[in-house]
Order: sequence, then structure tokens, then C-alpha cells
Amino acid sequence: MIRSTHLPLLITIATFLLAFTLCASQYPAMLSTRVVANLLTDNAFLGIAAVGMTFVILSGGIDLSVGSVIAFTGVFLAVILRDTSIHPLVAFVLVLAITISFGAAMGAMIHYLEMPPFIVTLAGMFLARGAAYVLSTDSVPITHEFYDTLQSLYWKAPGGGRFRLTGIIMLLTFLAGIIVAHRTRFGQNVYALGGGLSTARLMGVPLARTTIGIYATSGGLAGLAGIIFSLYTSAGYSLATVGVELDAIAAVVIGGTLLTGGTGFVAGTFFGILIMGLIQTFIVFDGTLSSWWTKIVIGGLLFGFILLQKGLTWATTLRRKPATEFAAQS
Amino acid sequence: MTAHVHNTLRRITPQLIILAAVLMLNFMVFPDFFRIEFQNGRLFGNLIDVLNRGAPTALLCIGMTLVIATRGIDLSVGAVMAIAGAVAASLAVDGHGWQVALTGALAVGAICGLWNGVLVAVLRIQPIVATLVLMVAGRGIAQLVTEGTILTFLDPGLIHLGAGTILGIPTPILIWIALGLAVTAAVRKTALGMLIEAIGINESSSRLAGINSRVLIISVYLISGVCAALAGVIVAADIKGADANNAGLWLELDAILAVVIGGNSLLGGRFSIIASLLGALIIQSVNSVILLSGMPPEFNLVIKALIIIAILVIQSPTVKHALYILRASAEPQPAEPIKEAKESPQ
Repeated sequence: MIRSTHLPLLITIATFLLAFTLCASQYPAMLSTRVVANLLTDNAFLGIAAVGMTFVILSGGIDLSVGSVIAFTGVFLAVILRDTSIHPLVAFVLVLAITISFGAAMGAMIHYLEMPPFIVTLAGMFLARGAAYVLSTDSVPITHEFYDTLQSLYWKAPGGGRFRLTGIIMLLTFLAGIIVAHRTRFGQNVYALGGGLSTARLMGVPLARTTIGIYATSGGLAGLAGIIFSLYTSAGYSLATVGVELDAIAAVVIGGTLLTGGTGFVAGTFFGILIMGLIQTFIVFDGTLSSWWTKIVIGGLLFGFILLQKGLTWATTLRRKPATEFAAQS
Repeated sequence: MTAHVHNTLRRITPQLIILAAVLMLNFMVFPDFFRIEFQNGRLFGNLIDVLNRGAPTALLCIGMTLVIATRGIDLSVGAVMAIAGAVAASLAVDGHGWQVALTGALAVGAICGLWNGVLVAVLRIQPIVATLVLMVAGRGIAQLVTEGTILTFLDPGLIHLGAGTILGIPTPILIWIALGLAVTAAVRKTALGMLIEAIGINESSSRLAGINSRVLIISVYLISGVCAALAGVIVAADIKGADANNAGLWLELDAILAVVIGGNSLLGGRFSIIASLLGALIIQSVNSVILLSGMPPEFNLVIKALIIIAILVIQSPTVKHALYILRASAEPQPAEPIKEAKESPQ
């Protein structure tokens, strides 16, 4: 039997399949492996950031700093590769260490100072974007042979589609995210935290460690997304990826995760990303629609999925109502 | 009456101190900061600039304070600004007068607010999600109105709203002060403010006490939408054009910050519009300090972030609690209960 908690996920997948079928029936060329491969490559950085966002939202928090951290990572890599002769892999480790500690610091502020995540990560968003400006206000190109090697790594599928390394890293991140969320103590703690702070405390969930861990994960994944983005664009620019946090939040919500926390799936976010990517691909294929329709359609989808979740919660509480009817009336 | 004024003063003391400190910082980096001149029939000076440039954030935070007091949040105000600016500009371009353009923009803002309010109050969607819909879709709608271009207009009446003066004072300053006073009077001279606070503290119990929370919540979002529309018109009038992409970009975050710096809890309840407006002025003064100090503009955001973090840490519940314990333990024991009794009616 299908459990009601799985329904949003199933509906997201159904929406994606339906949308893809509709698109493909209008433009048969969409069925090619090229389109599928590009869908993965173009949304790789967003997908990785959205995995971190899923954990944050599952815990009942929010992370507004994601887009700025991605931009900071790109600029940091570009500047450090331009000015020093260290190997990109060392630079990757360095930047991941910075972004993980940045996330951990935000988590610590949220937990120990009892401040709302919204405000703390908002300040983090300003700080990371500001740090990117300080490093460089220009778009700095990255020219390193190691980058060329990484960019030339792909698996050519029949039909001409190129499944690049970045897309594969995104898939691996999602896989790892699913395993961590459902098969580890940390994942269970995240769900418990999203279910309610006081209940989690009574259950013996280590609140400090979990909160810091969640925001460190989100920061680290934003850093990884920044690395992928720099591979995608071969440059670091401090004005890049403005508003990506909103796209990530939208993908998480479209993927069926409740913004109140506690309910949702990392896999749902994956299909949320694919749906958003599909809308853009369709607009490119169509050619006559203006780019702003993307925003309007994504807003409409958001609304649809929120209504759906609302309807589901309403339906499930309605079934239980007879027992509590008196309490509800009084 | 004097007790009331005394309470208000006491409530806004931290904000006044922070504002004074930031203004002194301004004075230190730029000694002419407080000089105000009257030239060509209008007031000039850095202080006037702070008041003038802070107008959009100030307008937004009037509505935002009420929304946050009901335990909500309105993320869509930036997008609503863009829509309202676009509507005003397109009406002006079509040859309508500024009255029609302004009314049209305000009506659109009211509709946006109504949409948010219905989602929150009737469909019972979490405010942050409900307003996210319009935040994402809003800029798309604004671009739909401007057809992707920056619509410029030359209607002198409309431009006057953003760049003109009345009796030598720039119009935006008068608009936000008048609206701030009007809304403060509306919520404090009637029971409205108390009802809004009751909803923010506990919605179900306020409903049981007979408060029509649904209508009140909808009207709070409606006010926020109208404030945003007014801010959008001012921003558009200031540059004589509607920029759907950049008008009001990230201003919702500034407005929320202003409310938080104003000492209002994001968890709803007790609120003070005056303190929020002071918060907006603090943010604008911080911007001005960075500009006037002549530091490279790259450092703007970093400094702003650090100052904001400092202000937030000072106001965080944990630090406040630690300070309270420090103060209480420093005082002689018998004084404590009296102090507590004084504290409670505040």
C-alpha cells in the first residue's frame, strides 16, 4: 500500500514523467540522450546545493547563504589558481574546508545564540558575497590544464549525449544524500529535529552536534557546487549565482519536502531539479517564449505542490477527526 | 499619557543608542555629516540623504512589522515593488495621469497582499512558503508587464513622488514618515495593535477569545502589499523608469533585518513600528558610513555583514539572558523581586 508520506514524492515523479512526455510529444528531439545529458550537466551545481538545502529544510531550518557561497568558491578558486601555483585538488580541499567551517559557524550561532536560521544565514549570505567581492570584482578566468582534463572527462552515450563528470558527481551526491538521510544516525537526528525541537531533545538527540553538522553539510555541499560551477563556466565571478538559494528551496519544495521540516525525501529534490531543468529546456526548444515564463511557471508549480501537500495533510487529519472532534469544537 | 511615552522611549532605547553610535561613526569619518543646507528650494545634507535613501526600506518595514507581529513573514515585498513599479510606469507611458498610475500600482499591491493573505489565513499555508510563491513568480510577472524592457516615463507628477520636494523636503521622506505615523496611530490608538499581538502570541487562543484572526491576518498582508507598492512607485519614480529585474532586489531581506534590528521577535507578538523604522535608518546609516569612509566598495558587504552580526549577537536571547543574570547577580538580593515586578508590565 502507498503510504501518504510517499504520495508527494510519487506525485513529483509522476509530474516529471508527464511533463517530459508532453514535451517529447511536441518536440520528439527531446527524447535524445543529448537532452538528458545536458539536463544533468546544466543543473549539476544546483542539484548538489539542493541536496544540502534538503537536509537543512528537513531539520526545519533554512539556508539563504548557498548562492553566495557558490560564488565565493568560484572566485576563491579562480584567484588562488591565478596567483599561486598550487594544484587545483589542493585548492578544492582548501575551499571545502573554508565553506564547511563557514557552515558550521552559522550552525553554532543558530544553536548557541538561539537565533532564527533565517536571519543568521541572511548575514552569512552578505558575508560570503562580500568576501567574494573583496577577492575580486572582475570575472576571473580559470586556465589550468587540470581543469581541461576534468572538463574533457565524459562518457559518450549512444545518440551523442555526453554524460560529463559534473553530472555524475551530482548523481553520486544525491545517492550519498539518500543513504545519509535514511540509513545513518545523523539522518534520523535530522528528521527528529525537524519533527520538533523539544521532542528531539527529550529523545536524546544531540542538538548542538546535529545543528552544526546540518549547516556544515549545507556549507560543504555549496562549496562542492561552487567547484562544479567553476568547472562548468571555467571562471569565477562574484556576481554569479545570485538567487540560487531560492531555486534550491523551490526544487526542495517541488520535490515534496515540507518547509516545516520533518517530512520529505532527498530523492524528491532530484526530481524537483529535473522538473525545473525541463521547464528551461522546453523554453529553449520552443524559442518563442520569453525567459521570464520560467519564473512564472516555477512559481505556479510551487503553488500547486504546496496546495497538494496542504490537501494531503488536511485529508490525513480529516480521517483521524472523529476521535478529536469534541476537542476541536470546544 | 506620560507613562505611555516613557514606555515607548524605554522600548526604543537600544535602537536609539545603536543609531546614535552609527551616526557618530559617520561623523568621525566625515565631519560635515550633520550639516544641512537649504539650496535651490530644497534641503541638502547627508542626514537628509539617509532619510531619503532609506525610504523604500522604511516603507517596507512598516508592513513587515505588522506581518511579523502575527508570526508571519512576507518574502514577496521586493517582487511586489517590481510589479507595482512596472504597472505605474506602463500606465504613465499609456498617457494616464500620475493619480491613475499611483492608484493602479497601489491596487496591484493590494491584490498581491490579498493573495498572500488568503494563502496564509484561509489555506493555512506557512507564511514563508506562501509568500515564496509570489517572490519567485513576481519578477516574471513584472517582466511580463514591462515586456522585458526598462520602461521609462516622463510624467512630472509621478517623478515628483520619487525625486521631488514639498516645502523643501524630499517627498519620499514625507511619505514614509506620514505612513509610519498613520499606521502607528491606527494600531495604537485602537485595539488593533493588541489584537495583532494576540494573534502572534497564540493564534488559536486569540480565536477562542473572539478575535477574527482570519480577517486581521489578511489585512496585515494587504497593508504589507500596499506599502511595498508605494515603495516600488518611489523607486521607479526616482530613476524615471521601471526595472523589473533590479527594482527592490533583496530589499525584503533589508526590511526583515530592519524589523529584527528594531528588536521585534520573528516569532511574533509584541511589536513596535517606530523601532523598526529606526532599524531601517540604522541600516541606511551603515550604508552611508561605508560610502563616506571612502573604503573600496568591495568591502561594503563584508562590513555590513559584520556590523549586522554584531547587532544581532547583542540582541540574541542567549546574550540578553546572560546580561540579565550578570546584572541581577551584581545587585543586592532584595532588589530583585521589585525589579522583576517593574519588568513585567513593559
